[in-house]
Amino acid sequence: MSYFTLNTTDGIAVISLDQPKSPVNVLSASMLNDFEALMDTIEQDSEIKAAILYSAKPDCWVAGADIKEFMSMSSSEEAEQLSRNGNALLTRLSNLKKPVIAAINGATLGGGLELALACHYRIASTDKKTVFGLPEVKLGLLPGGGGTQRTFRLIGLRNALDMLLTGKNVYPFKAKKIGLVDELIHKEGLLQAAIKVAQKGFKRKARKKSMLDKILEGTPFGRNFVLKKARETVSRKTRGNYPAPLKILDCVEIGLENGLAAGLEAESAGFAHLHSTEACKNLIGLFLAMQDNKKLRSNAKNHQIKSIAMIGAGFMGAGITEVSIKSAYDVILKDISLQGLGSALKTIWSDFNQSVKRKAMGVVERDTLMSKITTTLNQEDLKEAELVIEAVFEDIDLKQKIVADVEKTCKTNTVFATNTSSLPVTDIAAKAKKPENIVGMHYFSPVPKMPLLEIIVTDKTSVRAKAIATNVGLDQGKTVVVVKDGPGFYTTRILSALTHEAIQVLKQGASIEFIDNAMKDWGFPVGPLSLLDEVGIDVAAHIARGDLGEMFKQRGIEEDDSVQKLAKAKLFGRKSSKGFYVYPKKGRKTVNKNIYRYFGGEERKSLDKNKIQQQIGLSMVNEALLCLQEGILASAADGDLAAILGLGFPPFTGGPFSYVNAQGASNVLAQLNELEESYGIRFKAAEILVEQANNDGKF
Amino acid sequence: MIFKNAKVAFIDGVRTPFAKSPGPYAQLKAYDLGRQALLSLKQRHPLLQENCEQVSMGCVIHNAATSNVARESLIGAGYDLGTPAFTVTQACISANRAITNTVEAIQAGTLRTAVAGGVESTSDAPVRISDNLKAVLLKAQKARGLKDYFALLKQFKFKDLIPVAPAIAEFSTGQTMGQDADRLAARFGVSRLEQDEFALRSHQNATQAWKDGKFDQEVVPVMAAPNFKPLEQDTTFYATSSIQKLSSLKPVFVKPNGTVTAGNASPLTDGASACLLMHVDEAKKQGYSADIIIYGYNYSAHNPDGELLLGPAFTIPKLLNEAGLTIDDIDVFEIHEAFAGQVLANLKALQNKEFCTQRLGLDDAYGEIPMDKINTQGGSLSLGHPFGATGGRLLISAARRLTESEGEYALISACAAGGQGNSILLKKLKSTDTKTVAKKVTKKVAKKVSKKASKKTSKKVTKKTAKKVAKTAAKTVKTTNKEK
Repeated sequence: MSYFTLNTTDGIAVISLDQPKSPVNVLSASMLNDFEALMDTIEQDSEIKAAILYSAKPDCWVAGADIKEFMSMSSSEEAEQLSRNGNALLTRLSNLKKPVIAAINGATLGGGLELALACHYRIASTDKKTVFGLPEVKLGLLPGGGGTQRTFRLIGLRNALDMLLTGKNVYPFKAKKIGLVDELIHKEGLLQAAIKVAQKGFKRKARKKSMLDKILEGTPFGRNFVLKKARETVSRKTRGNYPAPLKILDCVEIGLENGLAAGLEAESAGFAHLHSTEACKNLIGLFLAMQDNKKLRSNAKNHQIKSIAMIGAGFMGAGITEVSIKSAYDVILKDISLQGLGSALKTIWSDFNQSVKRKAMGVVERDTLMSKITTTLNQEDLKEAELVIEAVFEDIDLKQKIVADVEKTCKTNTVFATNTSSLPVTDIAAKAKKPENIVGMHYFSPVPKMPLLEIIVTDKTSVRAKAIATNVGLDQGKTVVVVKDGPGFYTTRILSALTHEAIQVLKQGASIEFIDNAMKDWGFPVGPLSLLDEVGIDVAAHIARGDLGEMFKQRGIEEDDSVQKLAKAKLFGRKSSKGFYVYPKKGRKTVNKNIYRYFGGEERKSLDKNKIQQQIGLSMVNEALLCLQEGILASAADGDLAAILGLGFPPFTGGPFSYVNAQGASNVLAQLNELEESYGIRFKAAEILVEQANNDGKF
Repeated sequence: MIFKNAKVAFIDGVRTPFAKSPGPYAQLKAYDLGRQALLSLKQRHPLLQENCEQVSMGCVIHNAATSNVARESLIGAGYDLGTPAFTVTQACISANRAITNTVEAIQAGTLRTAVAGGVESTSDAPVRISDNLKAVLLKAQKARGLKDYFALLKQFKFKDLIPVAPAIAEFSTGQTMGQDADRLAARFGVSRLEQDEFALRSHQNATQAWKDGKFDQEVVPVMAAPNFKPLEQDTTFYATSSIQKLSSLKPVFVKPNGTVTAGNASPLTDGASACLLMHVDEAKKQGYSADIIIYGYNYSAHNPDGELLLGPAFTIPKLLNEAGLTIDDIDVFEIHEAFAGQVLANLKALQNKEFCTQRLGLDDAYGEIPMDKINTQGGSLSLGHPFGATGGRLLISAARRLTESEGEYALISACAAGGQGNSILLKKLKSTDTKTVAKKVTKKVAKKVSKKASKKTSKKVTKKTAKKVAKTAAKTVKTTNKEK
């Protein structure tokens, strides 16, 4: 047994879980084998009266199942067997006559939580690293080790569905409150407390149920109501693109009606079924790609920095500052007015204060973090900066002036990162004395929530500038994709292609809500016209006037004067509370019917949903292919990652390139050719697509 | 006491804008203000992140949740957690106490780099429950059974629920400080008009100083939660005050014929200050000019019933006499203005032969401090008086004024509740300073002498002779300086 060490004193077996050569414990076939042997020992050794399951890792109890091992399973029979074996083992554990106490400190996720749930008593530390969750649903899976069954029996139907369907993390105090764990203690006293519990025995108290819970969970009528509501919500959110949540609900329902054994059986079958789905493969691929992204880090000594200077305290500047101080950087935040600085501080503080209210952060902890920001109006204060990030208004003259200012005040090797979504970095660096120091860092708004950072390098950008930008981005918790400079880089370019096409469809006579709903059905989290409202139609118009618009014009993606007209009419979208939708101060947005006069009148036609999905979706996919062809993208994998994380490209597809692979290059080519025939050369397929179609190859 | 070998340099100081209470800081705790001051100082002197060895702050009205507000502020400002911090209280000279404690520790060699200042939020003042309610609640914790509770209920009265507002009254005498100031002004014959004129002068001086940018360095704008609206200036001074306005106000402490009004008393204020103090050698090592030295200080205590606010009168002559200096030697006086009447009474007391001989033990009246040396850039009347923080402001202001002036010495003086007082003497070292030149001379002479004498016996003698030589050398340099 290399995973477990067992020490028995006074009848209590303390089992220490310590996966060799790994910073964390994960469930794998070999670990389960060891665990089986361990169970034999506990069962047979008459000296053992009770056992404690404890992790020797500092920040982790059991972090889940070994995903790579799972990915390597080629058949769903294999997956089903894994789930069945796991369930048999955990059922054996929970049926043991001797009590097993889970003494939990650190991450307890997925299979780890399922293991804990099969124990007879759970005592958890209040440490910050202690967290519970069933994230399987995010990977297109279901918890295949009793997670769909033991949860609702322990914490009630509604709490269980919340955990199962969202995959969200539950922290110790909440876990105690909902009954996921029986007892809390500081991590220093965890083992001692567990031994005490084992010595004197325990009687688990039943969870106190509110009146509402008694009705909703205690009666068949109530349960059906809850499940029905959950199904409705799931269908509305997944639009049929994600099979996992519905499968989870099925398992829960079977367990509720036919008991634990039937529930576990359904779970193993469901697990196998989901394993074979394309969505699951793509979601796991995405997860692994995000993990692998950390390998971009450069460990060279002169690529490490400690502080960042931020110019521009607008919403982006505030967001970048927030993620920087959270990742231990000191930030000098410069703006031209104290009011601007104050509002940036307010934005950051309010975000932190949300955590304070959730008790995820202390008041003084919040203030200590805030203390890492030095605000200034004075350019001189930036003179020691190693990295300057600018996030001022998108104006080429202004940005060039800031480059000049920084070159004047800062060191000769200060890296200058420009946060632009559309201005070519080469242009911003055009008048620089040292263009090798200049790099683009394109963050997405809102910065603290959006996981992507698109780094743009020009022909002149130095290795050091690129490495520093990459390291900072990774530290900030971002997934980094490095692209070459060009009009709209990668993300802005393919997004513009999409929104352009959406407006074309609007001109063809479709209604706003129809277009948005069609694309949401296709898998986007937000419809393209809603997205334009969020980004700002003025911003879109500004982009269209630039190099990207010029390039699009030449490619027959006609420059859309309607966007310019909208911008002129101050229909900016959410920021001016009117765009494609009207945004009242209270209540939901409604379609802005007045805007139809820019697109051929209020009368709307009903168009074929599939056709417009194809038209809008493929405009983006083809643009992505072109970016790879032109060398803007270094790889198809980068393109997939950036499109999903930055633009919400349907995650279950695995990204535009995976989408082409799944559909088959020749199929996509045929569709594009058809579109070209109907709508003109803007749908001319990328050459690399033609190539792959000819070779029957994949990206 | 005057230090024989003064080694503590005042390097820099910052303060938050001082704001009337309740005002823009109404939602902040004393902790928030203290944190702001410490943070601003650290951001200006990054060496504090690693090198700060101690933080001490004065505070008068404590929020029980942050009873050691210096430590909490330090943590919130992101200082190294290995830096000890403590909070001292000595009424309005609390920050003075924090400063002199720190000075002494540096002087003694136990510290080299430290921060001293103070914080006060009267907006964050604890509101107490009535004594009877407290008694009932404490008993309730021990009550057993219905009978006990019934007995307690009988003891409890509804009016006990009314909270007790904090008052600024002397515990020992029951008098408010305003009443005492009124009494003191009358005792030394300070008229209402004199008080109003002095108050007006304070506001005018503060207005002018703000206009001239005198506070640009020391006052760091505060942008604080939850609104983060920048506050750049003190909200305590009136640029458009006039003698007519001031004299139209009614007396507030002694009604109807007293002389102290809201206009000639310092306002309730929220704010914080923090000063960086360092051993001269360490300061030089870190590249600071370190030319303002804490030369000495003293404290006084006297009968709170009648002499409550006479701290300056008790401390100034004593300290200057000990230093061998006179009023003429001091170019900058920074005297805390609790009340206009109190400052003027102190000044008159120093010119009062009876007081000086009987209470100070002097042979004659001490003398007149010229008004043009006192608080020329505003004082507590106009800049506000956050009790625990004022000492820091006095030090920062005095140091700045001394730097600006041609002079060599500055004196800070303040009175405090409980009948106490404090004065601190600052000295400016000039680039061709008498002392450093004298030191060089001392060393040279000492070397020469020691060469001649045998090692063991000569030590004392050399020192003495060297000192004599140094003194004469200093005198000559002084005169040459004057000639320049």
